[in-house]
Amino acid sequence: MYVAVKGGEKAIENAHRLLAQERRGNPGVPELTVAQIKEQMSLAVDRVMTEGSLYDRDLAALAIKQARGDLVEAIFLLRAFRTTLPRFATSKPIDTTAMKARRRISATYKDLPGGQLLGPTFDYTHRLLDFALMAEGETPEVATSPSSDEALPRVTSLLNAEGLIEQENSDDTAPVSDLTREPLDFPANRDLRLQNLARGDEGFVLAMGYSSQRGYGNTHPFAGEIRMGEVEVIIEPEELGFAISIGDITVTECEMINQFKGSATEAPKFTRGYGLSFGEAERKAMAMALVDRSMRTRELGEEVQNPAQDEEFVLYHTDNVEASGFVQHLKLPHYVDFQGELEMVRNLRAEQANTQAHMLKAGE
Amino acid sequence: MDGYNFAYLDEQTKRMIRRAILKAVAIPGYQVPFGSREMPLPYGWGTGGIQVTAGVIGQDDVLKVIDQGADDTTNAVSIRRFFARTTGVKTTEKTTEATLIQTRHRIPERPLSEGQILVYQVPIPEPLRWLEPRETETRKMHALQEYGIMHVKLYEDIARFGRIATSYDYPVVVNDRYLMKPSPIPKFDNPKMDNMPALQLFGAGREKRIYAIPPYTKVKSLDFDDHPFEIQQWDENCALCGSENSYLDEVVMDDQGGRMFVCSDTDHCESRRADGHLGPMGTQQAAE
Repeated sequence: MYVAVKGGEKAIENAHRLLAQERRGNPGVPELTVAQIKEQMSLAVDRVMTEGSLYDRDLAALAIKQARGDLVEAIFLLRAFRTTLPRFATSKPIDTTAMKARRRISATYKDLPGGQLLGPTFDYTHRLLDFALMAEGETPEVATSPSSDEALPRVTSLLNAEGLIEQENSDDTAPVSDLTREPLDFPANRDLRLQNLARGDEGFVLAMGYSSQRGYGNTHPFAGEIRMGEVEVIIEPEELGFAISIGDITVTECEMINQFKGSATEAPKFTRGYGLSFGEAERKAMAMALVDRSMRTRELGEEVQNPAQDEEFVLYHTDNVEASGFVQHLKLPHYVDFQGELEMVRNLRAEQANTQAHMLKAGE
Repeated sequence: MDGYNFAYLDEQTKRMIRRAILKAVAIPGYQVPFGSREMPLPYGWGTGGIQVTAGVIGQDDVLKVIDQGADDTTNAVSIRRFFARTTGVKTTEKTTEATLIQTRHRIPERPLSEGQILVYQVPIPEPLRWLEPRETETRKMHALQEYGIMHVKLYEDIARFGRIATSYDYPVVVNDRYLMKPSPIPKFDNPKMDNMPALQLFGAGREKRIYAIPPYTKVKSLDFDDHPFEIQQWDENCALCGSENSYLDEVVMDDQGGRMFVCSDTDHCESRRADGHLGPMGTQQAAE
């Protein structure tokens, strides 16, 4: 009988075993190693690190393996691990101007100091399934020169020299919000918005950015610059008083340049949208830069009219761990509340039937 | 559990949660924002309740976890096991034995007593949310005690249906001040919240809010003089223990319209059967 579903514990244990079996798949096929995922599924690893808010390629690869390739589940696993970690220090802001770039492109200039560097991109591949990969073909030799050490001035700095783009406030000593420690509060400042977007679901941020391009918010974006490569992470422990480098991380940075028609007090100029992701998550960084600019509507004195401009709407719905949980919790038992609804609907129907019968009688 | 602190959360986090709880107790019904953490269980599974429980649980506590009133629903089993693993405290299915009860969607039938704590899992803490989606607006409305739109909503129900058409998560006013969502318990349970000797704590993990009802606090379900608040009633009694006044679950027996009604509170039902109360389909032993 259903009523006494005793043995829930046993059912859960058995479900876990089944899950492990499904994860492994056909035992005749060699098991995937974490190292293989890390090396060969590297863009999945990048996405999991970005939205999981933890730069650790090994753990992200492990999470992907454990999650059977479900990236949102892998992000959740990484996040749940991250919350248990102690905080030793806060790093200095990373300096992407000093990046050892493996990719650097600007859509706003044909050429620029430091040059355009295509790097490992899908952009100009023809999307034809490569059946040679099925036969585990060898990769061709790389024919590029190693990344140069030439400094790469930012496109936005070039514009800044002419006063054509808004000044960026760069107070490195100001406290930075952290929504993993403090709940979201409104109005949200840009640091908080950027953190939220960086952790946000790639699909959601992409769709929001896309909507802003299609007329639900009009930001007239240009991809001023996209760069990807390695940057140093530096901490300055209080007790030491000097800076130490704790390692390099790969990041992708996108700076969008947007029109601003000016206001009564301000001359027309360009404004910025900023995106940053771990690894090579370029689609995410670009979408983030679009949504960042859209959400600056309020601070730029423009009218908030569209979803991508509405910070309360965007920031509350970016997080795929929250969204996935709340959507999927609907499969937990709700039969107590449903019983309440059944009783209610039956009563309402009975009352209506009564009233109708009454009216019919009165009409006779 | 190796490698993890007592009750999973680190002590700093627990302190932050306790501070939020203290504030919540000091301002009954007010939603206190807190730095909700990512838990190893998904949002929507009770992460708020779990964090509140982790914040208050001690080595001598005896924990009971229910979902839909039952101790043996899968999620209740999972959460109970989580705390058994991370704290080693004694767990129970007996309402009377528990010092700490975490619940989803029900309040136990047996009245709670002083010294007990009831922790509710809350999906959406804001009672005005479906009338006003913006948090910035609803916080203002609470500050100004501006609850007119809720009364209008209830009035519209009466105009349209002849009655208030809310059967669960029925809004209450706590201590004559804050409008509060009691979490999705059936309105049948609302009267139990009023003047309850036990401390009631509410945790909403995804929405990052904690609120509370201190012991012996007035909790009033919203109504009108000519449409007083009413709770659900059934024509049937519990098929197992014969109870006439407990909340009943409807169990579909076949596809011919056959159904039976049984207590949703499994401990209540089993205790009654052990005391010799039997319904038409009941046996003295708890069903295995």
